[in-house]
Amino acid sequence: MTVGWVDVDGERYPATDGEKVRDERVVDGLRLWHPRRSKASAALVKGVDIPLEDARVLYLGGGAGTTPSYFADAARAVYAVEFAPSPASRLVDVAGTRDRLFPVFADARKPSVYAGIVEGVDVLYQDVATRGQADVAVKNAPFVRDGGRVYVVVKARSEDVTAEPEEKYEEVADRMEDAYDVDRTVDLSPFYDDHAVVIARR
Amino acid sequence: MTWYERGTDADAVTEELDEGGEPDARDLPGDAVESGVFGTRDGYYDALHQATVEGARRRVDEAVDTAERDVINAVRTLETVGDSLNELDERTRDWREETDRVPVEGVVEGRNALEETRDETRGFIEERTPELAPNLSNLADPVLAARLIALAGGLDELARMPSSTVQVLGAEDALFRHLRGDAPPPKHGVIYVHPYVRGTREDERGSAARAVAGKLTIAARVDRYAGDLRPQLADELDEKMERIQGRDDG
Ligand SMILES: C[S@@+](CC[C@H](N)C(=O)[O-])C[C@H]1O[C@@H](n2cnc3c(N)ncnc32)[C@H](O)[C@@H]1O
Repeated sequence: MTVGWVDVDGERYPATDGEKVRDERVVDGLRLWHPRRSKASAALVKGVDIPLEDARVLYLGGGAGTTPSYFADAARAVYAVEFAPSPASRLVDVAGTRDRLFPVFADARKPSVYAGIVEGVDVLYQDVATRGQADVAVKNAPFVRDGGRVYVVVKARSEDVTAEPEEKYEEVADRMEDAYDVDRTVDLSPFYDDHAVVIARR
Repeated sequence: MTWYERGTDADAVTEELDEGGEPDARDLPGDAVESGVFGTRDGYYDALHQATVEGARRRVDEAVDTAERDVINAVRTLETVGDSLNELDERTRDWREETDRVPVEGVVEGRNALEETRDETRGFIEERTPELAPNLSNLADPVLAARLIALAGGLDELARMPSSTVQVLGAEDALFRHLRGDAPPPKHGVIYVHPYVRGTREDERGSAARAVAGKLTIAARVDRYAGDLRPQLADELDEKMERIQGRDDG
């Protein structure tokens, strides 16, 4: 129920104990969680601590469920919100393989929709890759318990194609201060260009 | 309110999503156990899991159907409007500019309206098809991806087809002529517009069409069954095409 590490070809990768969902490699019985396939894995490899073990997690921008599936291998409960029909369909397939992965087909900009379904969480993880990323995180702050950890993936180019990525990260971090104490920003290179994760606490 | 105060199944979750409420950090499983609706937290989670998976499945399936129908209708519109526009342009080319002497403003306006519709429709397809089929839209352009989905009758159908069928989608007439014994088998259907098919010289075009159809078929399957974008599919096609186009004719 925790995120482990495996050595492959001289590199260390995160890995979890759970049923395989895609074409990921299985090493020593663990699902390899590749940092080029998942921004959360990239963050872990870059030394970011995401306390998933036994955590209740609100995951915004669940996509096709790849990263949520790894989260669900370690966490107590994962609520994955996704609003685009196609990825949501795959997310529901993946949720079918994970007892504690709850799919929520809804818009993360309207958290009131799922207020009666999502419980107070220890971790908020967000990867929505759209305009107004910071606003989404702020609007969902009421779900986060005091002291809860917050990870917001920022895609610099979602906001503005011309601006410097660092400026964008700072802008998002500033706006997040409305609801959180921002700790630091970690960029996800070389795994993802123009992406960073802003780490904060409620 | 909470979902479990409405019931313990998918309908309760769906109703709660429709009603909504005030976000907070409540301990829902704890509250549910305390209120006696569930005996244990695990019991709560088990019921919530079944209810959310089932409820989401229904709504998502409906939404996917709608999204797919929209793309299919749009690509059919694009074709019809494009054909009309070409025909109109062809037939009126000579006199359309001479609006000062011939009363053709209506034709010019109509033509421009068609052009606008065509461009908007293309924009719609370019926005929506990658959401429906990210890998197919990455390997082909979104318009070709949408045409393949429309010809197959849906992404599900496309994903089930052998690549030899995908290769000749849109060449049904030629295929029937061949089956009647009147013609050689078609080498390609609409995938002809793919730069890797059209841009390959005649004698290797059959191989190119086979390679492109093969990768597009895999892309459609990844889109249908996995949904994540896999950029390596494009790299693999690039490599394969480099080999095909690099063959010398000797
Ligand atoms: C980069 S993808 C997420 C990939 C996923 N986190 C993973 O690693 O497996 C971003 C997703 O966020 C979704 N998204 C964007 N805006 C959203 C919103 N307002 N509400 C819910 N989902 C949203 C998109 O549809 C897309 O599927």
